[in-house]
Amino acid sequence: MSGYLAYIAKRLVQFVLVVFIGINLAYVITHATPIDPVEQSISAVTSFGNTAPEAIEQMRISLRELYGLEGSALQQYLVFWKRILRADFGPSMSAFPTPVSTLIARALPWTTGLLVVSTIVSWVLGNWLGGLAGYYQKSRALKLLGVIAMGLHPMPYYILALLLLIVFGFLWPVLPIGGGSAMNLPETWTWAFAASVLQHAILPALSLILIGVGSWFLGMRSLVSNVVTEDYVVYAELAGVDSRRVLSSYVMRNALIPQVTGLAISLGGIFNGAVITEKVFGYPGVGSLLVDAVYAGDYGLVLGVTTISILGVSIGVLVIDLLYPLLDPRVKVN
Amino acid sequence: MLAILRDLLRYNVEFRIGIVLVGFILVLSMLSVVSPYPPQDVYVVPPDVPPSPSYWLGTTSRGQDVFWQLTFAIRNTLLFGGTVALISRVLALVIGLLSGYKGGWIDRVLMSVNDTFIVIPLLPMLVLFYFVMRDSMSWLMLALIMACLGWAYDARLIRSVAISLKTREFTQSSVFSGMSTGEILVQEHLPYVMPIVFSTTMNNMIWSIGLEVTLAVLGFTDINTPTIGGMIYWANQHTAMVAGVWWWITFPTIAVIMTFIGLFLLAVSMNEYIDPRSRLGRMGRVAS
Repeated sequence: MSGYLAYIAKRLVQFVLVVFIGINLAYVITHATPIDPVEQSISAVTSFGNTAPEAIEQMRISLRELYGLEGSALQQYLVFWKRILRADFGPSMSAFPTPVSTLIARALPWTTGLLVVSTIVSWVLGNWLGGLAGYYQKSRALKLLGVIAMGLHPMPYYILALLLLIVFGFLWPVLPIGGGSAMNLPETWTWAFAASVLQHAILPALSLILIGVGSWFLGMRSLVSNVVTEDYVVYAELAGVDSRRVLSSYVMRNALIPQVTGLAISLGGIFNGAVITEKVFGYPGVGSLLVDAVYAGDYGLVLGVTTISILGVSIGVLVIDLLYPLLDPRVKVN
Repeated sequence: MLAILRDLLRYNVEFRIGIVLVGFILVLSMLSVVSPYPPQDVYVVPPDVPPSPSYWLGTTSRGQDVFWQLTFAIRNTLLFGGTVALISRVLALVIGLLSGYKGGWIDRVLMSVNDTFIVIPLLPMLVLFYFVMRDSMSWLMLALIMACLGWAYDARLIRSVAISLKTREFTQSSVFSGMSTGEILVQEHLPYVMPIVFSTTMNNMIWSIGLEVTLAVLGFTDINTPTIGGMIYWANQHTAMVAGVWWWITFPTIAVIMTFIGLFLLAVSMNEYIDPRSRLGRMGRVAS
């Protein structure tokens, strides 16, 4: 039991470290660059027309305060942390006066739903098929699947999303290619709304799932083809254990353990994929919010989404790490 | 080295396909030297001409020849991936070898930082970086920052090999013969991890080119330097798909897919070559 507690303590420390370093990176990026974000925003605003000099001066003062550029370096750093710990990123400049935190809170369920569902589906499906392919190495269908996975895995999310958009938007328009739900439906708990949400999620989820299945498939296949040569598997087969049981309890279970660690490691990359997929399909999640915020020059929103995504991904990794001992009983002993 | 190449060519289908794809892309990128038009110029040919004998891959709505534009784009994209891979290889090697050899608190500190870099979602970071830098963001600067963010996974891989090298006898005798840590790492350990470095180079290029395409498509890079992502960006800006100028977006997409699959197949076949278990399997196949 003490081994388990030590494991959890170690993971928690790592979690805090990830968040700490991540937020510090964000601080360095926003504060140590030679470009003044305040002047950038002002020139972005004033380029649309003439603004009175007093108004510009007023804007400069309030922006410097908003960006936390007042005071000494240490003070700036503390103010930065205070804002983040309170989740206070000020009002959004592009959707004034809505606070940034409200905008993020509105977008977060969409991204979380999309990510959780597509990650679980692709992990389960990819590992299951990959396990079969590693165990039944003679199967033609599974070999073909391997070739397809080889083509899918290295593809960047954007390119696959673009291909899906071309196929289902121009060549065979059967699925909605934009938005999170039908425009005219109120966002309430009705069957029509739920069905519409599901229908709109198909393409964004599919582009995440196809690449995900490809990666998990290849990883699992090579893991399983190594495990099947282990002595205990050969012994079980010789002892006449049912081949399905050998596959599930002897081979798959052992091969799955590194795949759980793999899931924790690749969560950040999957999140990156979700950002771009959301933008391609106009999905109302955090990714679209981030990209649109950059276009609109909305500093608070960009910083807010960045920190929230660091936090969100780290929490996801922590959850997987805490579930890990359930699969690998050795952790409890060590 | 040449013998390895010959073996791979003879026995490995993946390697053969990978070589053909990457070779094709390389030739295409080298053709940029003989391009009749400078890469930045627009309206040098009639716009929106479909693929024809005079313009092989058609022309863009900005009056550029898609074929010649593509040669520049691929060259820049490959250069970008290569630069990121080169710099991040150096970082991964230094950190991985040092961490594995030294062990103790150095290892613990380095690996904690390392695991952090593996986990952090990089796209929002890069977007934030672009947001602050805006027009001052150059090609080289993006490559530098991506190299600084993209070494972590490979450093862990190199470290795991370095740990096993540390317990080998030749390391002990090097220590007793008075070699410094630096000398041991460079002269004794480095040659053993080189095969991994080669295969991770391919994977790292896939990663960095993928991110570059993503950022460029959103317009978050220096969009005036032609890259594959930049081409797709301009095509999207001119709503090429809706306007029916499909060749503007299709050919860069095909080129980038070929690059990815080619590099990936090279990485896979090299990994297979490194792994002794699959090497045994291959010898069995040849014998039977």
